[in-house]
Amino acid sequence: MSIKLPIYMDYHATTPVDPRVVEAMLPYFTEKFGNAASRNHPFGWEAEEAVEKARKQVADLIGANAKEIVFTSGATESDNLAIKGVAEMYREKGNHIITCVTEHKAVIDTCKRLEKEGYRVTYLPVQKDGRISLDELKAAIGDKTILISIMTANNEIGVLQPIAEIGAIAKEKGILFHTDAVQAIGKVPFNVNDLKVDMASISAHKMYGPKGVGALYVRRRNPRVLLSAIIDGGGHERGMRSGTLNVPSIVGFGKAAELAKAEMPEESKRLSGLRDYLNDKLHKNLDEIYVNGSLEHRLPHNLNISFAYVEGESLLMGINDVAVSSGSACTSASLEPSYVLKALGAGDDLAHSSIRFGLGRWTSKEEVDYVADKLTSVVTKLRDMSPLYEMAKEGIDLSTMQWQTEGH
Amino acid sequence: MAYSDKVIDHYENPRNVGSLPKDDANVGTGLVGAPECGDVMKLQVKVNPQTGVIDDAKFKTFGCGSAIASSSLATEWLKGKTVDQALAIKNTDIVNELSLPPVKIHCSVLAEDAIKAAIADYKKKQGAEGKTVEKAAQPTA
Repeated sequence: MSIKLPIYMDYHATTPVDPRVVEAMLPYFTEKFGNAASRNHPFGWEAEEAVEKARKQVADLIGANAKEIVFTSGATESDNLAIKGVAEMYREKGNHIITCVTEHKAVIDTCKRLEKEGYRVTYLPVQKDGRISLDELKAAIGDKTILISIMTANNEIGVLQPIAEIGAIAKEKGILFHTDAVQAIGKVPFNVNDLKVDMASISAHKMYGPKGVGALYVRRRNPRVLLSAIIDGGGHERGMRSGTLNVPSIVGFGKAAELAKAEMPEESKRLSGLRDYLNDKLHKNLDEIYVNGSLEHRLPHNLNISFAYVEGESLLMGINDVAVSSGSACTSASLEPSYVLKALGAGDDLAHSSIRFGLGRWTSKEEVDYVADKLTSVVTKLRDMSPLYEMAKEGIDLSTMQWQTEGH
Repeated sequence: MAYSDKVIDHYENPRNVGSLPKDDANVGTGLVGAPECGDVMKLQVKVNPQTGVIDDAKFKTFGCGSAIASSSLATEWLKGKTVDQALAIKNTDIVNELSLPPVKIHCSVLAEDAIKAAIADYKKKQGAEGKTVEKAAQPTA
């Protein structure tokens, strides 16, 4: 089989829409174009029926009831709705929220905004493997705690948090539990009742559905979660999210959820096999490379590796026919290396040297071989021109060096 | 991020990668930057003591493509220059030659710092003639 370049290995960023999903969506752009809120003619009924089918498909993927699915514009909105919605609704009960330092910015920045409005937020640290400590979580809980928001799987390192254990703690203490499950849902089994999750953010485009649509799972009983809306208007989605429903995308989201549920057992096995193969091959070819975060508690399709003594952006430049992403500062506008990797205590130098691989539905073994071989040759070349590698080989302990950092 | 053709050329075919004997009295070594900032440059010059002309220059860089290109270009420019001419190289010359975008200007600053540090090390060695210079490559804090 020949390889088509460039190779896409950045499935955590987004995924292509599955052709079966596109097919399901198409009629809803043209002949079935009705507004799902039009109650008095067949165009509206047809659209509403399609939305309700999709709602059931999404609910089935996570073991929920269809009535517990609120469609949104995507997971960023879902995170905002969950956190701000609970904060406002339960303000009389308390003003304390617990989250974690490696959360997605949609959670962290939402919490930061609430802090300015008088809420108190605890950002739990993570351990070296990327997971929070349950003891630290328990210790952080107080009388005023109204919400725990901890992601299911991290978008950079793919590490799975102990969601079931967190859910049990939250339930015991009577605190609502939200999880940003964007990277996990459709990839690993996720059941809202087994995990005792009260709210979960979902995104369609991370699971071979279209961009611009997502959902928030909102538990309806035991307990019934109440949310203040953050978008006001016509009272769609049981008042929790006004705005005309994006029917074609919702239909696609539903189809993507149905496919994910059906294909997950086989697909996750295939992808973890390829991921382990990539990891083994790189370790065989190169010394001093380190996997960031737990390999045991990890999404099947994620690998995040630091290639010591090589800077991430120069590495990406050398593998420019492979689409991956780096935790290096230079790849973003912020000039700060990945806060997720820093939180693991890896050291900034290793954060600068990291590459995130996201495998997906169309990743082949040939592609994995190509990527591993290419990386091996580029890392070798860059190490040959790395003063750090030279010094390390001379036995100099880089951590004790006095570096000249002024002005940088 | 789009790189200029010249940056890509230096990255693909870096000039003068390598190391000169750092204990040689005629070799000056500059080591600037820090791993946690994502850039470390080692730049070395070998000066002909009779003429004061830089005969050879080598570099090794840990950093992004622009940092590699800046130091590669610097070694090209250094060869054949006198020590004083070398000190006249400005980071803006590197920015212009490589068409570096604003976010990459620090790479050129680092290259200028590396040139100055290498020449300062050479001058220090010449001043300390006959004495053993320890840890020439050790950067000052």
